[in-house]
Amino acid sequence: MALLEVKDLKQHFTIKKGFLGEKKKVKAVDGVSFHIEQGETLGIVGESGCGKSSLGRTILQLIKPTSGDIFFGGKNITHLPRKEMKELRKDMQIVFQDPYASLNPRSTVRAILETPLIVHGVGNRQERRKVVEGLIDKIGIRKDQLDRFPHEFSGGQRQRIGIARALTLNPKLIIADEPVSALDVSVQSQVLNLMVDLQKELNLSYMFISHDLSVVQHISDRVAVMYLGKIVEIADVEELYRNPLHPYTKALLTAVPIPDPTKKRDRIILQGDLPSPINPPTGCAFHTRCPVATPECKEESPELREKAMGHWASCIHVHHEQSEKTKINIS
Amino acid sequence: MGRRILQSPLTVLGIFLVAMIIILAIFAPWIAPRDPLEVNLGQKLLPPSSEHWFGTDEVGRDILSRIIFGTRISLKIGLMVVLISFPIGTILGAIAGYVGGMVDQVIMRLTDIFLSFPGIILSMSIAAALGPSIENVLLALAITWWPWYTRIVRSSVLSIKSSEFIESAKAIGANPFRILFKEIIPNAIAPASIQASLDLGFVILAAAGLSFIGLGAQPPSPEWGAMLSSSREILRDAWWAATFPGLAILLTVLGFNLLGDGMRDLLDPKNR
Amino acid sequence: MDALRYTVKRILLMIPILIGISILTFFISNTIPGDPARLAAGPYADAKVIEELQEKMGLNDPVYVQYFNYMKNLLQGDLGNSNYSHQPVMEDIKQYFPATLELTFFSMFITILIGIPLGVISASKKDKVADQFARVMALIGVAMPAFWLGIIFLLFFYLKLGVLPGSGRLDTGLAPPETITGMYTIDALLTGNWTVFKSAVIHLILPGITQAAVTIGMITRMTRSSMLEVLRSDYIRTAFAKGGSEKRVLYGHALRNGMMPIMTLLGMTFGHSLGGSVLVESVFSWPGLGKYAVNAITYLDFPAVMAVTILIAVLFILVNLIIDILYQVVDPRLNYD
Repeated sequence: MALLEVKDLKQHFTIKKGFLGEKKKVKAVDGVSFHIEQGETLGIVGESGCGKSSLGRTILQLIKPTSGDIFFGGKNITHLPRKEMKELRKDMQIVFQDPYASLNPRSTVRAILETPLIVHGVGNRQERRKVVEGLIDKIGIRKDQLDRFPHEFSGGQRQRIGIARALTLNPKLIIADEPVSALDVSVQSQVLNLMVDLQKELNLSYMFISHDLSVVQHISDRVAVMYLGKIVEIADVEELYRNPLHPYTKALLTAVPIPDPTKKRDRIILQGDLPSPINPPTGCAFHTRCPVATPECKEESPELREKAMGHWASCIHVHHEQSEKTKINIS
Repeated sequence: MGRRILQSPLTVLGIFLVAMIIILAIFAPWIAPRDPLEVNLGQKLLPPSSEHWFGTDEVGRDILSRIIFGTRISLKIGLMVVLISFPIGTILGAIAGYVGGMVDQVIMRLTDIFLSFPGIILSMSIAAALGPSIENVLLALAITWWPWYTRIVRSSVLSIKSSEFIESAKAIGANPFRILFKEIIPNAIAPASIQASLDLGFVILAAAGLSFIGLGAQPPSPEWGAMLSSSREILRDAWWAATFPGLAILLTVLGFNLLGDGMRDLLDPKNR
Repeated sequence: MDALRYTVKRILLMIPILIGISILTFFISNTIPGDPARLAAGPYADAKVIEELQEKMGLNDPVYVQYFNYMKNLLQGDLGNSNYSHQPVMEDIKQYFPATLELTFFSMFITILIGIPLGVISASKKDKVADQFARVMALIGVAMPAFWLGIIFLLFFYLKLGVLPGSGRLDTGLAPPETITGMYTIDALLTGNWTVFKSAVIHLILPGITQAAVTIGMITRMTRSSMLEVLRSDYIRTAFAKGGSEKRVLYGHALRNGMMPIMTLLGMTFGHSLGGSVLVESVFSWPGLGKYAVNAITYLDFPAVMAVTILIAVLFILVNLIIDILYQVVDPRLNYD
């Protein structure tokens, strides 16, 4: 049984535009399904604005989903009463992108780390102290730094504090929303390695959201690619990077520099900008930028189908059981 | 941080003025040369001299002593009004900003109503309805003052309520009450508290104005506005009776303004 | 199109505020200690007369009925009778209001004339002596108790030097000009009465400057900070780089763009001056609304106090409404939400 299972999840925002408030819908998440196993890391990749952050927040129910179901440990948690939801929050936590905005600037590190314990009434003062001190030991921050304020730490240290906060309640799942993209490259790997170590030690599951394909490749077991609120491709990490099926994934991957100069590949340059999620294109949302789009793509919304063993993609031009060498047919 | 305050001579002046007023208020009985209420008809309308630095009034009371004791009344009004209206305004503003929707609408329209009366007018009519006394002026000013804080706090709450650390508190499972008081208000309160320190001066000014038109402190109270009011009848004979109480008001308000400005510059160096 | 919609929306939004003001003022009127019937009947009336009066004045009705009657009267311009002058408050107000308006306009005129250039100079000579001086003046102006400044002016210019009059709107012995607007300066100009005009202007000087002292401080500070903001922007740097003269860039480009917040502040200044009139008018015995209100307080004449309160609030709202609408019309970049 999967730890987390998401079925046809939708998150539609209505925004008012103009003075009389003509209501427009933004389909931030539009029918997303996937699962994460215990101890597994699922990477979610996509350009900014594709709905990957909304997806994370919807799963945590920081924003209520418009429709769809979320199962955690086999239990549907979409419409839990307040009390049970609060209890459940111990099991799933979030690490944010911006280590400068995600820590209360007026709380000491001690207070920040102790708050989750207080909120859930865990232990007494001394026990809480022990938990907090145990945590910072794991993330490499000294005891004497506990009473400092967030601004006294570097970005990497702050992000590690953010991770420690997510760990205080012994969660099973951590949703990491671009946890390293605000950090210097040199610090990124430190934080990533910390996350990997913690995962091994605590048998954590991660949903790792990022726009950075190489970071995702480094940490994930499986990867899902999102485009305008939908998952367009999902597969094991090796499979996806070796044999991308969806033209969008291909385009993303060719944009990543390859360390081996003897290998050559043709870059696929995406045409135009990401369309507005307020008025997404008809049919396949990607057809406006797709190098292999045909007239049918404008009409038909492709469904996410299993094209190879454990490899799902949503493109009408990708056919079942394609081998690695198969090219996309441009009719 | 301390060094940066001292770099601005105006802020230093503000600190000095405020400190002086506080010292005068606390130690008034020891500092003032005479009893502020002691009538001495034999010594009336005396000009400033070594005996009476600021002269005497129409019944021979020592004006310096009255001004020194007046610091107590003014400080009390300033502090009380801010202490009553600041928490009320802050909590309402935080609720309006955080909860949003109908609650926000109701609270903000309420502040609009209060703020659609210019300055002194609403407090004047409230104080007039309640009857002339210091306590009523205090109440009237508190009733008219809170909406300013509500507005300021609401706008800072709006700017931080979507911060990631608020989301994080929600993800932890903290209840709205805790989020409001532990996470939001401590971070939203800085601009409003600067305003409050400026307001200490403005409240004192407004209270003196109300006393001046006969609504606040009543004679023989050594309240500065009331002293100014009664000085008008002896203006021709005793310039000092009008000059010094007004100077006291000016310096007090100036002191709190400079202090508030200094605090603001400290928090927002872009304004310098 | 959007500007028109905005205007309509703003006017519609005013309605609940006006209702709110009426509820608030009604509430204040009702907290007045003492029995209005007893006040109206006079000290020697017997219990029966008072009871009848209570009935007649509707004091026994439920509160909401009393409020609706109050509203009905308010909408018909009936603000009740003054307990002191024994005539409708509306009549009194018609008499006193023009004097206040004249003083307010005059002091705003001085404010703009002095405050805006002072702010521009202060910003353009940032941190130089002129700026320091302007800032200190502005600080003192904002902290200044206007009623005290008025008394000091009286002491100096009236009692000591005797160069300016200390009370009233005209020299004694001069008949007011024929009433057109009720503002003596304007009426005198319209009727070509030069002597009266001169006297009216001279009488405006002390109260006008007193009133303006505070608002000059406010406007100077606002002008300075919004000019600083504009001066930092790229297009002003470009204008300087293209060799525009300092004066042209400052007043032509920068001030025009810094004008928006200043306009809002002018609206506030208008309200501030109206409010301040209560104090300044009573210092200079200026026969306007403020003096009328202060007298009314002395004589416990609450209908008069409340009428002045409502009138000034409504005026203040109207002025701000006009400024907000202008703001929207002038600056199309703003969002209409």
